[in-house]
Amino acid sequence: MIDFRYMRANDVADAVHQIAADPTAKFIAGGTNLIDLMKEDVERPSRLIDISRLPLRSVEETASGGLRIGALVPNSDLAYHPLIAQRYPMLASAILAGASAQLRNMASTGGNLLQRTRCYYFYDIATPCNKRQPGSGCSAIAGLNRMHAILGTSEACIATHPSDMCVALAALDATVHVTGQAGARAIAFADFHRLPEDTPQRDTNLETNEIVTAVELPGRGFAANYTYLKIRDRLSYAFALVSVAAALELEGDTIKEARLALGGVAHKPWRDPSAEAALRGQNIGESAFTRAADVVLRDAKGFGHNTFKIDLARRAIVRALTQAAAGTPQSQSSKKIA
Amino acid sequence: MTRTSTSQRSTGTIPMPGKLPVSLTVNGVETQLKVAPWTSLLDMLRDHLGLTGTKIGCDHGQCGACTVLVDGRRINSCLTLAVMKDGAKVTTIEGLVTDGTLHALQQAFIDHDAFQCGYCTPGQICSAAGLIAEGKAKSVDEIRELMSGNICRCGAYPNIVRAIQQAMGQP
Repeated sequence: MIDFRYMRANDVADAVHQIAADPTAKFIAGGTNLIDLMKEDVERPSRLIDISRLPLRSVEETASGGLRIGALVPNSDLAYHPLIAQRYPMLASAILAGASAQLRNMASTGGNLLQRTRCYYFYDIATPCNKRQPGSGCSAIAGLNRMHAILGTSEACIATHPSDMCVALAALDATVHVTGQAGARAIAFADFHRLPEDTPQRDTNLETNEIVTAVELPGRGFAANYTYLKIRDRLSYAFALVSVAAALELEGDTIKEARLALGGVAHKPWRDPSAEAALRGQNIGESAFTRAADVVLRDAKGFGHNTFKIDLARRAIVRALTQAAAGTPQSQSSKKIA
Repeated sequence: MTRTSTSQRSTGTIPMPGKLPVSLTVNGVETQLKVAPWTSLLDMLRDHLGLTGTKIGCDHGQCGACTVLVDGRRINSCLTLAVMKDGAKVTTIEGLVTDGTLHALQQAFIDHDAFQCGYCTPGQICSAAGLIAEGKAKSVDEIRELMSGNICRCGAYPNIVRAIQQAMGQP
């Protein structure tokens, strides 16, 4: 880890002021990802601005029937919050599918959004990586790419976004509230993370002088018919090979509204409105679910070691929609997949 | 009772930025010391305070050997900067003993032979103390899932689960 300075922010305005004054500074909250990357010399900030004491720790009901989650609410507190457990159980389930109890106690809501990829080449500073060093090349495309993306990739980068929580937030149509020198703005969740294209060094559309202050959930929580199904190399405490957040609103056997988002397959949580449209108005059942999976995966492309993900994703989507339709969400403690 | 850091590290010829004061309650003892900004809570406990019960495993938050309780919550001390925990209450494996009596988890780990080499054990026990305080784990599946942040390379998991069940008062 390199030499850096440490300061605390007094309030959000002070945090924005401090980060604007030093483009090589970074905010630190939970630190679970940043400290790790600093130990690997992937991140080399000149100073850390500690925002962990800012008053962004509340979960409040909004006038429109949703919830506003402060950016510093720890992942574990959010997963076990009574309003989340009751109204947004898919979000609770996704959070509990990720990391470990210790890390969830440390990691913040805002920080979860800003996690960087777990691509081995991004972590290994001895290898080329366009995300770490733009223009140096992508080592994963012709390298070991079992964990890498099959959707929305570019010639510059095939990294995946590692978050589980964000997959549920994408499916739930969340909004990210941020504040910068130009003031506050709201970013739709689908517009928050980016595809790699030719600028894989940018994970999100957050400006460098902006701070995430809250994540807002709309009123609709899909608490009756949902699941978060995560497929990984071991039963717990591993990143997703493929994960699926699926939520349905049913009228009898007819799908009135559908939400479908995937993790582990792209540079951002992958939500495909055309697959959701293909489900709307259909009767629940394997044929409708398979058609939706085919829509999601129509442009999927494997790179060798990860080509199995295309079939795995297709089956996981069908299984997840089946679980959601039956009202039998995947348990995150019993690992049996029903 | 208070204690202060006595350890001094050679800085060689490389100029180092100033150390920062940090004040914590460690195992009930008020502690003031000065640490570099990059000093992890783990290194502070081991190198500055001599509390070597907390172990360095992976140093990347992947193994759980460094688990301690901060303000009653289990965290990975290797991914925590000591300066960020100014004012916090830290409990390590050394702090679980009261008046010479082992904590129920410590006794249960002995009763069930819940270790082999013992290196992960302090982290396992601190993590289990956090788990019990959280009150979310009831079944064996839930104990296993919520202890998954603690790796035991000897594979003592079945006995670790039994030890935790005993400490939770489960038959």
